[in-house]
Amino acid sequence: MRQTALAMVHELARRDPRVLFIGSDLSPGVLKGMKEEMPERFFMEGVSEAYVIGMAAGMAMDGFIPYINTIATFLTRRCLEQICIDACLENLPLRLIASGGGLVYAPLGPTHLATDDIALLRPLPNMAIVAPSDAEEMRRLMEASLTWDGPLYIRLGKGGDPVVSRADAGFAIGRAILMRPANRVLIVSTGVMTSRALAAADLLDTIGCGVLHMHTIKPLDTEGLLTAAAGAELVVTLEEHTRIGGLGSAVVEALSDAGCLKPVLRLGLPDRFPEGYGSQDHLLELAGLQPPQVADAIHKALNR
Amino acid sequence: MDARSRYLRSLVIDALEGGGRGHVGSTLSLIEIVRVLYDDVLRVRPDDPAWPDRDRFILSKGHGCLALYAVLADKGFFPVEALKEQCRPGAMLGGHPQRGHTPGVEASTGALGHGLALGVGMALAARLQRRPSRTFVVMGDGELDEGSVWEAAMAASKHRLDNLVALVDYNKLQSYGSVAEVLDLEPLADKWRSFGFAVAEVDGHDVNGLRNRLTALPFESGRPSMLICHTVKGKGLDFAEGQALWHHKARIEAPDVARMRQALETAR
Ligand SMILES: Cc1ncc(C[n+]2csc(CCOP(=O)(O)OP(=O)(O)O)c2C)c(N)n1
Ligand SMILES: [Mg+2]
Repeated sequence: MRQTALAMVHELARRDPRVLFIGSDLSPGVLKGMKEEMPERFFMEGVSEAYVIGMAAGMAMDGFIPYINTIATFLTRRCLEQICIDACLENLPLRLIASGGGLVYAPLGPTHLATDDIALLRPLPNMAIVAPSDAEEMRRLMEASLTWDGPLYIRLGKGGDPVVSRADAGFAIGRAILMRPANRVLIVSTGVMTSRALAAADLLDTIGCGVLHMHTIKPLDTEGLLTAAAGAELVVTLEEHTRIGGLGSAVVEALSDAGCLKPVLRLGLPDRFPEGYGSQDHLLELAGLQPPQVADAIHKALNR
Repeated sequence: MDARSRYLRSLVIDALEGGGRGHVGSTLSLIEIVRVLYDDVLRVRPDDPAWPDRDRFILSKGHGCLALYAVLADKGFFPVEALKEQCRPGAMLGGHPQRGHTPGVEASTGALGHGLALGVGMALAARLQRRPSRTFVVMGDGELDEGSVWEAAMAASKHRLDNLVALVDYNKLQSYGSVAEVLDLEPLADKWRSFGFAVAEVDGHDVNGLRNRLTALPFESGRPSMLICHTVKGKGLDFAEGQALWHHKARIEAPDVARMRQALETAR
């Protein structure tokens, strides 16, 4: 996913002279081709995320479209105020490409786990938040990013994530994709959890479990949500993120605001720092977010 | 390289093998610094890690944690066998140090730019509580890019914290490449001097040199001390020395481990 996102930055930069790349001390050789071809639009700045956001906003004020990449936690927590004041208040077209959303960096511990990034950014006016399911969808998102008006947060998975998106479903920022129609249950998922939602739905064949891929968490596709959930008796949200303030919260808020609140099972990470290292899959399992566990939780919720 | 430095590096290789990953270069430039601190400088008690009067050590460049783990294990804070489990599910040792999770670890670091501010706080606490504890903070050179480092530096000087010792592992490389290229720090000693520190420089692999500097503290009374340690990233593995690509390896397999052990044998 990251490879695709970065390769697309290069491609977009070829098409549009306003496009810039800014990294904050990334790994050696990142976007080498772009650096050689257009050195004046490739910036590798120091380990200084707060400065990088401010500097990018300054360039955006004079017409550039900066694509910024670093590790998700450092791209959100460290520079939150710069994102809020310098980028969102001015509604500037910063594109934040966040490596390792969720539990990707499991072995590196809590300092590197982006389990609250969506909740941090969601309340900021003008901010859009997108978590693609796989590299193919990333390509479509990056295409759409060029003309998006305002700041955009792009949450990356681990890389090599199974491809579940389909070209024929189309892609637009802010428009959810119905992967499977709902009968009794609708799972609403985002990012790489959509592949797990589909696997869980397979296990729930007899119940009739739909999957709505909410790649854009903000602005939320309320209409798409209400339509997909219309006949379902249970809505399930599934995200690799704390249960506070992310996709689950957004879905409940939208259903409530529309006067269509119904039972919602919010599956996500518990309200504590992840313990245990290992791998992303290991930590997802500890949180009960692997497909068989999701299917179990849905069974239990239906039989309550 | 003497036997002890070689032995500590062999523990690091054990950990790299067990976890199958780690910040190789970042760890190996630090070995002598951490070794001298724990062998000759820090007043700590491995059997009583919470002893109130202990000195505090913060590895602000938390990604170099395998050096800290190797020394802590060797000192008896936890069994040496734990090294082989690093990063595994349920391990005591993670890819960055976690306070309260690993005995002897004083701060949860890994997000760069936090350690010096924590150190200022600990040094102030020691002063207020009339404890003899001193606080030592090791930072990376790339880490010095973070503005928070310099906010803390100004405060350390304002508070005249001569019980605070900051060190820089000046290995001249950060993640992307050379420090000079990504964000030049020079003139580094003058920078710290102008921020109110008493500054000394040393070869960060010279055990005697480090010992001499770190047993004559503070460098100046009424001022925080800064020891700039000139080091080689990846020190001890000829193929990794000075190579940005050896900053971190997410996959270390049996042939890599064999190559490391062999290189370490002949390291000078
Ligand atoms: C706030 C923050 N931003 C980015 C990173 C990712 N990162 C880890 S190590 C590193 C380079 C650090 O270079 P340096 O301080 O010179 O350490 P060393 O050379 O000893 O590895 C970066 C950018 C981080 N850990 N924390
Ligand atoms: Mg360095």
